[in-house]
Amino acid sequence: MNNIIVYIETENGKIADVSLELMTKGRELANKLNCNLEALLIGDKVSHLSEELFLYGATKVHLAEDSRLEFYRTLPYSAIAISLFKSEKPQIALFGATSIGRDLAPRVSSALTSGLTADCTSLEIGDHNDAKSGKEYKDLLYQIRPAFGGNIIATIINPEHRPQMATVREGVMKKMALQQAANGEISKIDIKPILNDSDFVVEIIKRDIQERKIDIKGASIIVAGGFGVGSKENFKQLFELAHLLGAEIGASRAAVDAGFADHARQVGQTGVTVRPKLYIAVGISGQIQHTAGMDQSAMIISINNDPNAPINNIADYAIVGDLNEVLPRMIKSYKKNIK
Amino acid sequence: MTKTFKIVVLAKQVPDTRNVGKNAMKEDGTVNRAALPAIFNPEDMNALEQALRIKDKFPGTKVELLTMGPLRAADIIREGYFRGADGGVLLTDRKFAGADTLATSYALSMAIRKMNPDIIISGRQAIDGDTAQVGPQVAEKLGIPQVTYAESISASESGKITILRRLERGIEEVSTSYPVLITVNATAPACRPRNAKQLMRYKHASTLSEQNDNEHNSYLPLFNMEELTIPEWGVADVGGEEIKYGLSGSPTKVKKIENIVFQAKESKRLSASEEDIDSLFIELISSHTIG
Ligand SMILES: Cc1cc2nc3c(=O)[nH]c(=O)nc-3n(C[C@H](O)[C@H](O)[C@H](O)COP(=O)(O)OP(=O)(O)OC[C@H]3O[C@@H](n4cnc5c(N)ncnc54)[C@H](O)[C@@H]3O)c2cc1C
Repeated sequence: MNNIIVYIETENGKIADVSLELMTKGRELANKLNCNLEALLIGDKVSHLSEELFLYGATKVHLAEDSRLEFYRTLPYSAIAISLFKSEKPQIALFGATSIGRDLAPRVSSALTSGLTADCTSLEIGDHNDAKSGKEYKDLLYQIRPAFGGNIIATIINPEHRPQMATVREGVMKKMALQQAANGEISKIDIKPILNDSDFVVEIIKRDIQERKIDIKGASIIVAGGFGVGSKENFKQLFELAHLLGAEIGASRAAVDAGFADHARQVGQTGVTVRPKLYIAVGISGQIQHTAGMDQSAMIISINNDPNAPINNIADYAIVGDLNEVLPRMIKSYKKNIK
Repeated sequence: MTKTFKIVVLAKQVPDTRNVGKNAMKEDGTVNRAALPAIFNPEDMNALEQALRIKDKFPGTKVELLTMGPLRAADIIREGYFRGADGGVLLTDRKFAGADTLATSYALSMAIRKMNPDIIISGRQAIDGDTAQVGPQVAEKLGIPQVTYAESISASESGKITILRRLERGIEEVSTSYPVLITVNATAPACRPRNAKQLMRYKHASTLSEQNDNEHNSYLPLFNMEELTIPEWGVADVGGEEIKYGLSGSPTKVKKIENIVFQAKESKRLSASEEDIDSLFIELISSHTIG
């Protein structure tokens, strides 16, 4: 059977969130396609992570373990994935759009001459009728992504090539475990015939990987809080909305000075300059030192109980009201309206 | 004699999508692509600088650009000359039209085989697609190692090259042998400015198509056009299987394109009521602003 395989990324002995998000999405797609969801796990002493993958619906974990595979390296990891995909012929293969996934997936897709769509924001199953050949395709993977600097949304398909490959950024898909683990098995990959010495030509001399560091500059959506949010505790509402939207948290200087948010999140003249697709300013008055860092955002929504707050002048949508009422309503509305 | 290298820098001419400001919008709210200037892809500039630094350290090293695109992409080769490169090739052919990243990588890899470099350096990604796929795919097609997200590169005579990589949450230093393909991050040093001497020397550098096309070039024979002619290569020059180029070599197809319609810019006032927030969110979801 042609199944779905999700590449599982690990960090510090844990499965990366993005991989679990892809497992959750993969499960939904597998249900629609009536096929199985499987995982590809590569590393050193990682077999115990399979239990968690079963909890996310994997019916099989393809496992490649070796001390030389402790850290990700392009050549051996891609050789394993290529060999597995050649023998298993998955119809869909998903990767996180991380430093690793964006290094690995293109190499694999090139070797298999299958197509690859980067940074998808949505994955759906649908049919396609080729206007030129008149050919009908059933149950293709629609790979939906913004393109052209976010100014268009493109739906990409790979009608003739398998696997249909896509990468997705962290936080774009939801992560949800099953109540009860799937009845899964581990299938060990024999790496001896796959790998040879030349696959280890790139040597890692030094690695210095820190715990997650805050960097909001690249975020496509930012939910920013100001002094009006009132407390660090109350910032949790912003984090909840941001998590749903796949957004980063920004802050005004007054909020940072008050200790509500980390300095790395400060937007403005003495903070970072951002230009996201959407900026939601919550309890921020909109002083020039703040707006200098965000007024080029493609869309600005403000939430402020002062109808005359300067932020309203640059906002595309100015919601006049108490943020403590508005935020829960936004969270509720998002959950209700998103498919 | 000290060691010299042959370096090919992959560079792309792209529409400046970063500056789709509120004025590059058409009345219907879609992007006016014609209004966007064509620029040298920013991270390819960082890549060029890395190549030039190797040349600084190993004089006699040859840095050449390779760009695939329409005739006007010869600008990329000229810009390379102005900043200190030794030349370049414009890969252009109708048969490349409609290429996705895979077919593009195939074409580039065929041209690279002909140029036969020790080191290939490109930007991490191009701003019109943001895919970051072409570098790794070219490396795979050439069967050589790739090192992505480089911030600095130190070549050495010993046959080893060391690269500092910038990852999401840290750095990694790796070493490998030649040939190798390296992609460079925006966090690497910016490219040096144009050099006045190079500018004078190469401002008339042009492709044969440009020389033939431009009536105003009647003074060109005054220059030594041999040095100033930018080679144009097509499928016939680089060889390979025709089916792997362009549309037929592209596994991915675009099924649908939706233009993002930006709302009118005067601000809309909303209340905190559930109805107002609901209608705003329905709009944001349907315009793919969130979702
Ligand atoms: C040299 C210099 C550099 C600076 N650099 C920066 C910078 O980089 N970044 C920056 O942000 N600032 C900077 N500032 C500070 C800037 O001038 C402002 O003081 C700051 O941005 C104000 O932050 P705020 O909007 O969060 O707070 P305030 O101005 O106090 O605004 C709070 C807002 O919250 C609203 N509000 C209160 N309660 C609620 C509620 N329940 N519901 C809804 N709305 C509510 C209020 O109506 C008000 O508009 C700088 C200042 C100087 C002098």
